[in-house]
Amino acid sequence: MHSFGYRANALLTFAVTILALMCAMASISDNLNHPTPTTQVQVLNINWLQKQLNGNDEFQYIICEFDLGQHDYEYISRLAVIVYMEYKAAAEYGTRKNSLNQISLWDGILPTKEHAKFWIHTSNKYRFIDQGTNLRGKEFNLTLHWHVMPKTGKMFADKIVMPGYRLPQEYR
Amino acid sequence: MGWIGESVDSIKSLQIRQVLTQAVSLGMIVTSALIIWKALMCVTGSESPVVVVLSGSMEPGFKRGDILFLHMSKEPIRAGEIVVFNIDGREIPIVHRVIKIDPLCFSHNQLTIAICSPVKSADQWFLQVHERKDTGEVDVLTKGDNNFGDDRLLYAQGQLWLQRHHIMGRAVGFLPYVGWVTIIMTEKPIIKYILIGALGLLVITSKD
Repeated sequence: MHSFGYRANALLTFAVTILALMCAMASISDNLNHPTPTTQVQVLNINWLQKQLNGNDEFQYIICEFDLGQHDYEYISRLAVIVYMEYKAAAEYGTRKNSLNQISLWDGILPTKEHAKFWIHTSNKYRFIDQGTNLRGKEFNLTLHWHVMPKTGKMFADKIVMPGYRLPQEYR
Repeated sequence: MGWIGESVDSIKSLQIRQVLTQAVSLGMIVTSALIIWKALMCVTGSESPVVVVLSGSMEPGFKRGDILFLHMSKEPIRAGEIVVFNIDGREIPIVHRVIKIDPLCFSHNQLTIAICSPVKSADQWFLQVHERKDTGEVDVLTKGDNNFGDDRLLYAQGQLWLQRHHIMGRAVGFLPYVGWVTIIMTEKPIIKYILIGALGLLVITSKD
């Protein structure tokens, strides 16, 4: 007859296989879901634009109306949401293939689906300092990027780009 | 007398065969593990395709003991992505989120270097910038979701940005809790030895 060790080994292998299969199925089922969340981010106004002692500009923005309301990610455990601004680098570097700058202004982690609909009124979380004074009057896009961290399996990300914002010209 | 000697010989040959079979199957296991690892390296393009999260700096996204699968592609890194990077002088790679990318900064740094060192002429500096232009690389700043400030304190002395060669890959897949096996084995080596010993005993004592 089979020994104890043999049976224990078979049981363990079977359990691990079933677990792995379930993880794989959960991950595959995420691909069947095509969520179309509606989101809204708005820049209300600029709080201030100051000159630092070393000559760099520092901006402070107020971001407002932040709504990731009707998203339908079903099987997630957590959702990371990041708002960042994008702008093209200065004109003299325009020939560069990769002249895109991105600066994260606000981020947060939503632990469950229910937390995804919210409305906050916040200023930028990270200091936003220009290296010099290149950014005054520059156009930029606001991008809302969300990163789905599933309970297991493949992570996926999506974003909505909102163009047409402009940094101020004057100190205030 | 003859048949006793024959049976002894047959037992001997059987044992040698058994030992050989076991050695071969052990070799098969080791080599197939190696093949899988190397194949993963080829497919993902990352030098270590699977990493274990060791700290709580990315909570509540990733906890200690979770496993991440990495992928390294030619696509430029973007803000919001989770990358794994190596810092010079640190053995353990770090998993953090990108909060800022900046293609300009490198040229600023280059400019400072060019001015500081009298050996480099202006032409050389332009040459360097052009080289950078063609690669389309960016400088990256990271931060742990659970940390208060960005990672400049973690970087090597005087390092302000991560460059491409620091980055091992971006996280694309996630498997919870499995990494605890590795963590327990590295932190309590006695468990590792007990496990190896027990498995070895099993192999030796097992009949088939």
